[in-house]
Amino acid sequence: MTEEKPKLQRQAMCDRLAMEFQDDWIVNLGVGMPTLCSNYVDPTKDLIFHSENGVIGYGPLAPAGEEDRHLVNAGGQNVVPIPGMAIVHHADSFALIRGGMVDVTVMGAYEVAENGDFANWRIPNRKGGGIGGAMDLAACAKQVFIALEHTTRDGKPRMLKRCALPITAPGVVTLVATDLGLFKVTPQGFELREHAPGWTPEEIQELTEATLVIPPDLKEFRFRD
Amino acid sequence: MKNKIYQSFDEAVADVADGSAFMAPGFSGVGVPRNLLAALNRQGAKNLTGISNNCGTLDEKIDVGTLIAAHQVKKMYAAFTSPTHPSQISPFVQMYNDGEIDAETVPQGTLAERLRAAASGIGAFFTPASVGTELAEGKEHREINGRTYVLEFPLHADYAFIRAFRADTFGNLQFRLSQRNFNPIMAMAARVTIVEVEDEIVPVGELDPDKIHVPGVYVNRLVKIPPDGIFD
Repeated sequence: MTEEKPKLQRQAMCDRLAMEFQDDWIVNLGVGMPTLCSNYVDPTKDLIFHSENGVIGYGPLAPAGEEDRHLVNAGGQNVVPIPGMAIVHHADSFALIRGGMVDVTVMGAYEVAENGDFANWRIPNRKGGGIGGAMDLAACAKQVFIALEHTTRDGKPRMLKRCALPITAPGVVTLVATDLGLFKVTPQGFELREHAPGWTPEEIQELTEATLVIPPDLKEFRFRD
Repeated sequence: MKNKIYQSFDEAVADVADGSAFMAPGFSGVGVPRNLLAALNRQGAKNLTGISNNCGTLDEKIDVGTLIAAHQVKKMYAAFTSPTHPSQISPFVQMYNDGEIDAETVPQGTLAERLRAAASGIGAFFTPASVGTELAEGKEHREINGRTYVLEFPLHADYAFIRAFRADTFGNLQFRLSQRNFNPIMAMAARVTIVEVEDEIVPVGELDPDKIHVPGVYVNRLVKIPPDGIFD
């Protein structure tokens, strides 16, 4: 039964996306699962973490008892100030975003499509939405990485030909980590770059609505050292 | 110099009339003008229009959701008009689903820029955020240098309720760390700006002019949060 095979943990998914961050990148992490990306620290890279509330260059989560109540990241978690940190107001924070300064934003999503569309702000049959800064970030960051479970709780695929939910931005997603592997968005669709240990491309395809491109150099999922 | 210092929050919000529009800053519970919102809740003004990042949280703390739960607000402009998790049913969510309150969902950067536009005399602006989504439907689009943008308009308000860290008696303001968030742009955008001050209100001239985040010319009323007030 494929359902019972172990899948990738959330931290492993986020570690893998964080491995793609390049030296000197300005990185914006969305609320929820993406904040796990900041747990992977590669000392060979200088990364600048930007939070939409105007914090440019924050450090790790504050240890218990050392929280500064005036300093939170986008998820409302208390973080530690680091040398070089700068604070701006909200309009300037989004000027930085729309101005193209953010090299990558990592977000969660309900659905991703093979054309690079994704949906993460509105669920059907419910009024309103929780956009936050997602639309500004998705439209303007140089790259959009998505971390999400490969299927819904009841087993329906989230990796689709086209999004069914209202999208957050069209054609912007470049890389996706799910609990079954790492996928690059290409003009031909989702290319399976790395598969979770023990999972064959055919098994992953079965749980994917979009048709996967399986490259000859397909690798096993890379974990942090 | 006109005296801007008020002795109580109730006095500072006494003239807020039914039907007013107000701005309430704050992000993840930091920089929220809780004392002024509590006073407005006591004052009881109704049919208000609120502009805020979210529509209230589930914790017990006073925020814009307190006014919503008390049926003082008829419409919200916010970047979050649904909770980040479907299980979180705030008073706003319940009332919105029941049609008891109106709302416009605004991408957060567009919200910030609409405030800045209101503060800075800009008639409208084009942004790439939301292009290609249902939020852009019906709005004017324009292609500029090969990129598509959507037209957005300023958001004005009668009042801004502000949480500052420190002020001088003229109303020059300083914020601490991520407390700043929407505070400066809302302080600049509203017709009447009312500030609650955490740390102290120092005599004019004591703040370094190079370290002022909002010039006092934008500030109308100041209240020092008393020791038994709300600081977090």
